[in-house]
Amino acid sequence: MLRVESVVKSFGGFKAVDGANLHVNAGEIVAVIGPNGAGKTTLFHLLTGHLSPDSGRILFKGKEIGGLSPHVLCRRGITRSFQVVNIFPRLSVFENVQIAVLSRERKTFRIFSPVAGMAEEEVHRILRSVGLFDQRDVESDLLSHGDKKVLEIAVALSGNPELLILDEPTAGMAPEETERCIRLIRKLSGESGLTILFCEHDIALVFEIANRIMVMVRGATVVQGSGEEVRRNSEVQSAYLGESGGC
Amino acid sequence: MRRSATPFLLLLLLAALLALPQVLPRFHTYVASIVLLTALLATSLNLAIGYTGLYQFGHAVFYGVGAYGTALVLTRSGMPAPVAFLVGPLAAAALSLVMGVICIRLSKLYFGMLQISLGSLVWAVVYRWYSFTGGDDGIHGIPLPDAIASPKGSYYFTLTVTALCVFAMYRIVRSPFGKVIQGIRDNPVRAAAIGVDVRLHQLASLVIAGFFGGVAGSLFVVVENSVFPDMMFWTFSLEVLIMCLLGGMYTFFGPLVGASVIVLLRVFASVHTQYWSLILGTILTLVIIFLPDGVLGRFVRRSLPKEDRGA
Repeated sequence: MLRVESVVKSFGGFKAVDGANLHVNAGEIVAVIGPNGAGKTTLFHLLTGHLSPDSGRILFKGKEIGGLSPHVLCRRGITRSFQVVNIFPRLSVFENVQIAVLSRERKTFRIFSPVAGMAEEEVHRILRSVGLFDQRDVESDLLSHGDKKVLEIAVALSGNPELLILDEPTAGMAPEETERCIRLIRKLSGESGLTILFCEHDIALVFEIANRIMVMVRGATVVQGSGEEVRRNSEVQSAYLGESGGC
Repeated sequence: MRRSATPFLLLLLLAALLALPQVLPRFHTYVASIVLLTALLATSLNLAIGYTGLYQFGHAVFYGVGAYGTALVLTRSGMPAPVAFLVGPLAAAALSLVMGVICIRLSKLYFGMLQISLGSLVWAVVYRWYSFTGGDDGIHGIPLPDAIASPKGSYYFTLTVTALCVFAMYRIVRSPFGKVIQGIRDNPVRAAAIGVDVRLHQLASLVIAGFFGGVAGSLFVVVENSVFPDMMFWTFSLEVLIMCLLGGMYTFFGPLVGASVIVLLRVFASVHTQYWSLILGTILTLVIIFLPDGVLGRFVRRSLPKEDRGA
């Protein structure tokens, strides 16, 4: 579904992504891991149009998508959450999801029909599925950190993506929130067959839920394969797992 | 004040406004007309700055172009008056589109600075082009249809148009489009990530704001019978911006309150002192320090459930 081939992105003289390769098949959960500064977030920015690659190819469903803008990629079926919480803070939980649903339905240029109550059923269904239904009328800025992260996933889901990209979905979460987030990711993958690509620092979590893992070091792909293959790879052991004391 | 009380209060206000010319002397009716059209102008600016989060620093240009468009058609062409009242706002909307396409590439303050520059260019052309716009003299004694030529006639016309436009904008901020521009204001990155074409929506919002600003300009022609270049000078843009700040940028009706306060202050305080702007400055300083959400913003935040807030 997604294929990344020797992609390079540099900022000034610094090559943040330097020969990254990745492929994601439909229905998989794929994780990208790597030490801080390995270029994971830059890679994700390249996939969602927030940055455009200097060279290399990014193919989504067989078509080149490198350099397209974020809103176009969203319409093609890629949505994402960000590493730092990224929601509409002044809007309520309901409105955050509603606005994304309306955007998908291309209703954002309707200027005279009242928005209240539009797409209500679908918004409620999404909020129920992520467990935020009871907080639907809360101003989203007032949510707990974990709930904000979950809300962001809900917003990303509202676009009916084929590929959901999560940049450190559990960063900063309390253990029970992390547990809930993992359940959510599993459920999304299991129930609706959603393809999920995520990066994460919590290695235990990665090995627990990912079908396949890609390891990045200094911008380049070291290996991509199953958990077992990654664990056995000596380069990974020295560059990553060894340094952080294993897991 | 509960949610259900708002429409009732608005009806009451409308009834009072309808009765106003029957009890007020001629001059005060004229002042009320100016308050109304300025309130419309401030509300239209708020669409861009308060709801879309664009630093619309040159809004008076659209007001001026709306006024000049109407005035020029009325004085220089044989076309009927309704055409003139369409040409003004449409010219303002068109200018807003052109300036928007240029400015939208820049963000925040740079957007505002470029808009002031382009606006000043328009002002300079109007100021100098004696053979067409009357230059710095402006255009006076603009012929109007009999029905709206009298102070009462022009007041009722202004009231009707203002009420309709404000209602239209009220609908717009509560539409899907309205929600999306508020989303863009709060978080353009997130908006793009859910598939919203941010620039296109910002541009649409600018055009709508420019159009209603132009309508206010057309009304100015009806009330004043004249136009002059200073109405599109950047200092007036600033004054309209202050109205929004004073009333509360994140409320729908705040700019109406701000516009009323400033226009009335200018009219009645300047009778007693030529330093009326000193009073304005003092009030503004106090508002910014003690009521950062504006007069109405403060009030609404305290007393209304979240549903009724403008933003």
